[in-house]
Amino acid sequence: MESGADLLELGIPFSDVMADGPVIQKACQRALERGTSLDDVFEMVSRFRQRDAETPIILMGYMNPLERRGIEAFSSQAAVAGVDGLLIVDCPADEAVETTRAFDADGLYQIFLIAPTTSDSRLERMVPLAGGFIYYVTLKGVTGSAALDASTLGPAVRRIHARSELPVAVGFGISTPEQAAQAASAADAVVIGSALVDRLHGCRDLSEALDTVREYIGGIRQALDRLAGESTAAAS
Amino acid sequence: MTDSAEQIMHEPRRPQELPDDRGHFGVFGGRFVSETLMTALEELEQAWRKSREDRDFQAELDRDLAHFVGRPSPLYLAERLTAHAGGAQIVFKREDLNHTGAHKINNTVGQALLARAMGKKRVIAETGAGQHGVASATVAARLGMNCVVYMGADDIKRQAINVFRMKLLGAEVVSVESGSRTLKDALNEAMRDWVTNVDDTFYILGTVAGPHPYPALVRDFNAVVGREARVQCRDEYGKLPDALVACVGGGSNAIGLFYPFIEDREVAMYGVEAAGRGLYGIEHAASLCAGRVGVLHGSRTYLLDDDAGQIRETHSISAGLDYPGVGPEHAWLKDCGRAEYVGVTDEQALEAFHLCTRLEGIMPALESAHAVAWGLKLAAGMRRQCRWISCINWWNRVPICWNLASRFPM
Ligand SMILES: Cc1ncc(COP(=O)(O)O)c(C=O)c1O
Repeated sequence: MESGADLLELGIPFSDVMADGPVIQKACQRALERGTSLDDVFEMVSRFRQRDAETPIILMGYMNPLERRGIEAFSSQAAVAGVDGLLIVDCPADEAVETTRAFDADGLYQIFLIAPTTSDSRLERMVPLAGGFIYYVTLKGVTGSAALDASTLGPAVRRIHARSELPVAVGFGISTPEQAAQAASAADAVVIGSALVDRLHGCRDLSEALDTVREYIGGIRQALDRLAGESTAAAS
Repeated sequence: MTDSAEQIMHEPRRPQELPDDRGHFGVFGGRFVSETLMTALEELEQAWRKSREDRDFQAELDRDLAHFVGRPSPLYLAERLTAHAGGAQIVFKREDLNHTGAHKINNTVGQALLARAMGKKRVIAETGAGQHGVASATVAARLGMNCVVYMGADDIKRQAINVFRMKLLGAEVVSVESGSRTLKDALNEAMRDWVTNVDDTFYILGTVAGPHPYPALVRDFNAVVGREARVQCRDEYGKLPDALVACVGGGSNAIGLFYPFIEDREVAMYGVEAAGRGLYGIEHAASLCAGRVGVLHGSRTYLLDDDAGQIRETHSISAGLDYPGVGPEHAWLKDCGRAEYVGVTDEQALEAFHLCTRLEGIMPALESAHAVAWGLKLAAGMRRQCRWISCINWWNRVPICWNLASRFPM
C-alpha cells in the first residue's frame, strides 16, 4: 500500500483452481500444505483493517469453500472482517442469484469478470448485477499467461464503458511497468496477480519479501503516475 | 433394418425434460466456470440442440454407431452367474463388445461429429483409466483431427497400455503433475487448455459431469445403451427388466442405461460407487453415498471434500471410478429417490471380477465388476422370474492384471 497500490486482492486457497495458471496453483498448494484456512484469510483482513480502514479489499476464490462455510455465513463473516468485495472465479453472473442476495444484504460487492469472448448480449445481462468495478480479463487463458495484447484493450474497455458506469479494471498477463502503463491507458485500473506472487515466492524471509513488493509495486506506480502526468499535460 | 432397430434409433420419447434451460437438475448442475468459457458453452449448447433436431446429423451418428462402433451391442443372459446367485436372472448389456471396448466410444463418436459441425480442428480430452482417452484418440484419428489427452501422472503409471494405445492413434498424452495427479486434475488441466485455445478447440468431456451442457449432452450420446436395452429386453423377455445396475464414476454408463427407463417406475435403478477400502474411512470414491453437496468442475453436485471445502483425494482400485464428484443428474436422481446408490469395496469388486471371468468367460472391467458385485447380492434377494441388466465393459488393463495377479486364485 505504501508503495502505491490502490486496492488489495487476497486469494482464498482452493485445491482445484481450474481458471488459474501454474503460479497461483502452486501458491494455493503451498498455502493449503501450511494449513491456511478461510478463517486465517478473514483474520488477515481484520488485522489489516486495524491499520488501514480505507484501502478496498477484495477476496478472490472459488465456490466450494464458500458453499461449505454456507454462503450467508461466509458473507457476514467477510463483512465483519472488513472485506469490500468478492470475486468468485467460477461463479458467473448466471449462477450468482444466491451469492448476490447474500452479499447485497451485507453491503459487499460481487465483482464479475468480462472476457474477450463475452458476447454483447451476455454483457448486457451481466452489467446490472455487477458491483464495485468490472474486471476485464485481457486474454483467453488462465492467470499468469503470456503477453498482453494492448491493441485490443481500447475497444474492449470502450465496449464495457458504453454499457456500464462502473470503473473497468484489466488483468491477466500484466507483469511489467510498461504493460501496466499500456493497460492503464485504456482502462481505469490494472490488476497484477501472478507476477507479484511469483516474485514473493522467490523470497527467503519477510523483510526480503517486503523489499521485493516495495520495489516492484513502486515501479508499477511510477509508470502509472508518469502516464497520468502525460495525459494531464496533454489536456492542459 | 428391423422394426425394433428402427425404434431404437428414432424413439421420440423424452422421458424427462431435465435439465432446464439453464442446465439445472433441481438444485444440481448449472454452469460454474469462469466467464471466459461461458460463450463457448453457449455455442456448444446451441450446436448440440441443433444436432438433436438435425436428421442428417442423427443419420450419420446412427451409421457410425452401427458400422464403426458395432451397435447394437447384444443383451446377454449370464446363466451360470444367475445359477450361482440363485435368484433373479442376470443379464449383461455387452458394451465390452463395442469398438475400443467400452461405452465411452458412444459419446466420443457423437462429440467428434459435433466438433466437426462446429468447424473445430483440434480436440482435447481428460482421462482417468485411459478408456475415454483411447475413445477420443480413436475418433480424432478417424476424422483427421489433432488430439491432446490430459492424464494424471499417477494414472499414466497405472494404465500404461492405454497410454500406448493413445500414442499409436496419434494423440499427444500430457502428464498432469498437479494436485492428486489423477482424473480430477486431468479435468482441471483440460479446462485450462480449453480456456486458452477456445477458438479452434473442442473439449470432448468423458462423463456426465462438468458444466452444462456436458451432463445432458454426454447422457444423450450414451442413452443409446438404455434405448437398445429397453427394446431388446421387451423383444427377448416380453417385459421390461425389474432392475438396472451400473457402476458410477462420473456416471456416464449408468445414466446412459437409466435415462430411457426413468419414467418406467416399475424398473428399479441402482448406481454402484467405489467404496474402496470401506465407506467409513476416507479411502473411497463414493460421492453420492458418503459425500455432500458442493461445486466441482462446473456443476453443483455431491462431492467428497473436507470441512474447509477442499476437494479430497479419493481411492478406488479402478481408475475409472476414482473421482471425487459425480454427474449432477445422478445427484438429482438420488435426492428425488428415483435411483438408489450403493457402494462396493475393492475386495468385493475383485471377487466379482473373478467369478464373472470363471463362470461366464467374460472379463469385465474393474469398474463394471463393481456393478456385478452388487448385482449378485441383488439377484440373490430377488425372485427367479425377475431379471436385472447391467452394463459391462471390457477388461483391458493388462498392467493391473499383472500387479494384481497374486490376488487371483489361478
Ligand atoms: C470401462 C469403464 N467403465 C466405467 C467407467 C466409469 O465412468 P462413468 O461413470 O462415466 O461411466 C470408466 C471410466 O473411465 C471406464 O473406463
